[in-house]
Amino acid sequence: MSRRSIIPFGPQHPVLPEPVQLRLILEDEKVVEALPALGYCHRGVEKIVEKKDFVQDVYVTERICGICSFMHSMNYCQGIETIMGVEVPARARFLRVIWAELHRVHSHLLILGLTADSFGFENLFMQLWRAREIILGLMEKTTGSRILLSTCAIGGVRRDIPADLCAEIMRQLDTLEKQLEEVLPALVKDYSVKKRMCGVGVLPRDKAHELGAVGPVARGSGIKMDFRTTGYAAYGELEFEPIVETGGDCYARTLVRVREVTASINLVRQAVQKLPEGPILAPVKGNPNGETMNRIEQPRGELAFYIKGNGTKNLERFRARMPTYANLPPLLHMLTGCQLADVPVIVIAIDPCISCTER
Amino acid sequence: MLTNVTEVNPSNLHAEVFALQRKGHRFVTMTCSDLGDGFDVLYHFDLNYELRHLRLRLPLKEPLPSISDVFFAAVLIENEIKDMFGIDVQGMAIDYKGRFLLAEDAPRAPLLKTVGVPVDARIRPKQAPEGGQAS
Repeated sequence: MSRRSIIPFGPQHPVLPEPVQLRLILEDEKVVEALPALGYCHRGVEKIVEKKDFVQDVYVTERICGICSFMHSMNYCQGIETIMGVEVPARARFLRVIWAELHRVHSHLLILGLTADSFGFENLFMQLWRAREIILGLMEKTTGSRILLSTCAIGGVRRDIPADLCAEIMRQLDTLEKQLEEVLPALVKDYSVKKRMCGVGVLPRDKAHELGAVGPVARGSGIKMDFRTTGYAAYGELEFEPIVETGGDCYARTLVRVREVTASINLVRQAVQKLPEGPILAPVKGNPNGETMNRIEQPRGELAFYIKGNGTKNLERFRARMPTYANLPPLLHMLTGCQLADVPVIVIAIDPCISCTER
Repeated sequence: MLTNVTEVNPSNLHAEVFALQRKGHRFVTMTCSDLGDGFDVLYHFDLNYELRHLRLRLPLKEPLPSISDVFFAAVLIENEIKDMFGIDVQGMAIDYKGRFLLAEDAPRAPLLKTVGVPVDARIRPKQAPEGGQAS
C-alpha cells in the first residue's frame, strides 16, 4: 500500500486569488480525499445586515463580493421589492441588465485569465486582463466606479445612462469583441491548453445534480440551468439561450465561460438597443414585512438570498447562499482521484470566490 | 412571499427530504433564524426553477438531525449553523466541531439574538499558553 501524506493546499497559494485551504490526502501523487477549511475571510455580513437599516443594506450586500458586486445589490433589491410589492420601472430593469451583464463579462474574463495563469500561460492571462479593462472602463464611465457601482436602489437604479454613453458602450463592445477574437482561440484551440484541461476534474451530469452544482460548473456537465431564463429584470424581453457543454471537465467549464462572454456582450447590445424611455426609480414607502427567497444568475451560478422583514427598518434575518458555496461539494468530488499537479487547474475551473462564500 | 412551505418535525424530516430527493429536487440551502424561544430552520429545494421549502421549528437546546446522509451538499451549511447558532447538529457526514467558519477567539454563536448581551461579550476567553497566563 502506498504511503499517505496530507498536503495543506492554501490558504496562501500562487493560484488562489483568495485565501482558502484544501487539505489534500495523497497516495504518492494521487489525491484520495480533499477537505475544505474555511474561515480566513469571514466578515459577518449577515449580522451586519441585521444591524443596518434595509436601505443601507443595499450597499452592505453589494460589498459581499469584489468581483460581481452589482449582482448582489440587484438580488437584494429584487427581494425587498418582492416583499414590499414595488414595481420597478422598465428603463431601470434594462439598466440593471446592462450593468449585470458587464459584470458577468469582466468576471468571466478575470477567471479565464486566472485559468491561463494556473497552467503557466502568463501571456494569455495578461491579454485577457487587458481586454477586461475595456469593461471596467465602461463601468467607470457610466457610474464613476470600476467595480462597486452603487447604482442599484430599492425601486430601480440611482443613475441613468444617457444616449451618448449608450453609443460609447456599443463602440467599446465592438473593440472588445475584436480583441477577444484574437485572444480566445488560444484558450479554446491550443494543444497545450487542451492537454491540461480535457478529461481533468470530470463531474458527470448526475453527480453534478446530486451534489447541487450551479452555474458554469453545472452547465459544463450538461445541466441546462440558467436563472436568466426565468425572466427577472428585463431578461424576459431579450433573446437568450443558456450555454451548455457536455464534457463535464475543466475544459467544458472553461468553454461555457468563453461562450457566455459572447452571449453577455450580445445581451448588453440588445438591452442598449431596446432601452425604453421613462423613470428609473419608483417611490418606496414603509418597511418590509414578510419573507422571500430571491435568486438570480451570478457569473458563478445561482445566487440565493433569503430576506425576512418584520415591519421595522431592520431586517429580522438575511441569509446569503453563494454559488461557490454550492460548488464546494462538487469540487471535493472532482479532486478525489486527480493528480496533485492538476489541483490548481481544477480549483480555478470552478471559479472560486471565497469572500463571497464566507461573507 | 414564501410559498410551497411544508411544516416538518425532527421525526419526519428525513422521510420528507428523502421523498424530495426521489422526485429529483436539488438541495439549494438551509436558513436558520433565532426566534427567541426556539429556532426556525428552513430547508430550500429546487426543481425546474421552482422552490420548495421545509420548515422545522426547533425548540431551544434540542438537537437537529443532519440530512447530509441524503444530500451531502447540506453538510457545509449544517456546520455553519452549528457555528453561528450553537445548535447541536447530529449525524453530520463531516463535523468541524464548531470551527467551520469561526476562529478560536471569535464570538460564540454570533447570530443568536440574545437580548441584552452584545456579541462582543460572547468572545471566547483565550486559552492560556503552557506555563503562561491567559490574556
